[in-house]
Amino acid sequence: MNIAPIKSIKDIPTEEDIFPGTPVCAGCGGLLALRHCLKVLGKKVVIVNAAGCFTLLSIYPFTPFQNSWLYTAMACAPAGAQGIRDALDILIKKGRLDPEEDLKVVVLTGDGAAYDIGIASTSGAIYRNLDFYYICYDNEAYGNTGFQWSGATPFASKTGTTPAGRISPTGTELSKKNLFEIWKSHKPPYLATISPAHPVDLINKFKKAEQYKGPKLFINLSPCPPGWATDTSYTARLAKLAVDTGIWALKEAVYGEARHTVIPRRVKPVEEYLKGQGRFAHLFKPSRQEDALKKIQEMVDRYWNEARKAEVIKE
Amino acid sequence: MMKEMLTGNAAAAWGVRLAEVDYVPAYPITPQTEIIETLAKWICDGVMEARFVTVDSEHSMITAAGAASATGVRVFTATSSQGLLYGFEMLYTVAGWRVPLVMINVSRGLSAPITLEPDHNDVLAARDSGFLQIHCETCQEVLDSILMAYRLAEDERVLLPVLVNMDGFYLSFTREPVEIPDIKKVKRFLPPYQPKHAFFKASQPMAQGVAVIGGPVYSYFKYQMHLASRKALEVYKEVSDEFKEIFGRAYNTIEGYMADDAEYILVMTNSFSTLGKAAVKNARSKGIKAGLLRLRLLRPFPEKDIFDAIIGKKVVAVLDQNISIGKGGILYSEISSAICNGKESPLLLSFVGGLGGKNISPEEFEFIFDSMIKAIGIGEIPASRLLYTEAEWKEMDSLKKMAGKL
Repeated sequence: MNIAPIKSIKDIPTEEDIFPGTPVCAGCGGLLALRHCLKVLGKKVVIVNAAGCFTLLSIYPFTPFQNSWLYTAMACAPAGAQGIRDALDILIKKGRLDPEEDLKVVVLTGDGAAYDIGIASTSGAIYRNLDFYYICYDNEAYGNTGFQWSGATPFASKTGTTPAGRISPTGTELSKKNLFEIWKSHKPPYLATISPAHPVDLINKFKKAEQYKGPKLFINLSPCPPGWATDTSYTARLAKLAVDTGIWALKEAVYGEARHTVIPRRVKPVEEYLKGQGRFAHLFKPSRQEDALKKIQEMVDRYWNEARKAEVIKE
Repeated sequence: MMKEMLTGNAAAAWGVRLAEVDYVPAYPITPQTEIIETLAKWICDGVMEARFVTVDSEHSMITAAGAASATGVRVFTATSSQGLLYGFEMLYTVAGWRVPLVMINVSRGLSAPITLEPDHNDVLAARDSGFLQIHCETCQEVLDSILMAYRLAEDERVLLPVLVNMDGFYLSFTREPVEIPDIKKVKRFLPPYQPKHAFFKASQPMAQGVAVIGGPVYSYFKYQMHLASRKALEVYKEVSDEFKEIFGRAYNTIEGYMADDAEYILVMTNSFSTLGKAAVKNARSKGIKAGLLRLRLLRPFPEKDIFDAIIGKKVVAVLDQNISIGKGGILYSEISSAICNGKESPLLLSFVGGLGGKNISPEEFEFIFDSMIKAIGIGEIPASRLLYTEAEWKEMDSLKKMAGKL
């Protein structure tokens, strides 16, 4: 594997590892990112899946992948990865499997599994320094069940279980759990946030991760047209706006040392990201919820002020 | 052959070592922990060539075990009680993967109230999961059953995981003389695992455990599991015959004790059967034609063997060391289903005893035999009777007094 970084979108291999015609929704930001991930990971891969939207990728007797797959359950894909990784190591060590037959073990889950029900099994796998990849497609809610609140849901998003109404006009009152920091506290060799709107950044992060043995973890902000109530053609633009408004920070952490990989020069107001989405529509209509909008802008500003300070000090 | 004094847990560990297991994912829980500690020590000392990993929960443990089995290695794991239930969804999942995992459950009562000593509500909760179930009375049987379990599980006609059960404390921590079989004989009985149906390797990508949509596809796979489990009844007989030939010990699906000429049969499972056997002997000395039937293979359920063993008897009493709240003994229903269509079906009585390791006293056994004799001709069969002695009642009263409730 050539781990030298690519420079432009033109350097991305055109060959696809996922066949078209999958049952996931049109405009799925998770699938868009996964296509790019697999271009770097290659075909010698076994994906260990937890219950979520992507479980529907492999429905008997079809699979869109050219690699192997194991569906586990919602809470335990990292434990499945442990079993497979250990078994492959044993088979190779005992001479029962040609090392050429070895596979990269890749956990693939949504945010419900990553942030909530599977956080213990993930913590265990990272702590044990399991040699695996983890790709979380984070659409900020339980999407496969129709968009309900999860630990990844941001403040003021409307979901099926946090509706906006008279008693709570903002919808979700809690803020998004900081999974990056939770995972980073384990000091894994490699951890990054990614975006389907920044494929060069995404691909270079996977290339960089390749050199490390141990957990290599990725959180992808995945625009979700049915849940976010946006047009399917809007996915890439929305993913880009999330980065440009500073809401989704693209960064990486090597053994717990974090740095930002894309720093927006002129940060756009968060409203530009929020106003195009049905899940935030109640912040604008029937009347503008100024307090909520101000709170979101302040959260983003505070984040970047602190991040800039931290990275300047480091340099 | 020399015998060694081993606990049930140590006997289990010896079975795993002799089976040359490749991988042991583990999580501690009383009274199972001695098994994984023993294996961890052997692996650390290099006398057993396997990988050991302590994971974050039984849910993760059963997942890792099943996933490793689906990759193509021989896997063992062990749990008890709350642990088995904590990982419960993965029992069904791993069975559906059709992988030959062997797992020990060291029985312990279920919370609440939380306790340590055994009954069988834990293992019987897994009754319908697809795991085959072998229930053991002695430490020797625990060791031998592990070897038999791998043969059964890995047989291409079966390909289902197996749960081997032993009672916590009464077997897990009790030393009995155990013959540790010669490894050469074990190798003859149990060849290396070479999966043809489930593995992961780069040259042959495989999607395992995939979703299905629609009842017909789902039913097809569930029926396949059921038919494979039923097939395991035949395979079991082959395996036990070969085991007897090589090791000289015979284990049928059920075990009769003074049962052939008996008129009154007591049905039990696991280590308390030893108490039942003593009670049978005692009853015989008083002229009662008593016998005992011990169920060993619970899944697949050997209806035919049970039917043949108890048809024509006068009365059968099922002594369940479990309780289905709102129904009574679980195995009572199972035995009932095995004999209900027979022309000379015996009367069938139900007793519940030994919950949470409560002793079953000679007086309670006498009560059971007495009830069997009196049942003839009364017409109406009472619901499950709950065994409890007067002394236990008085002791409970004094505890309630201390608690300020009396």
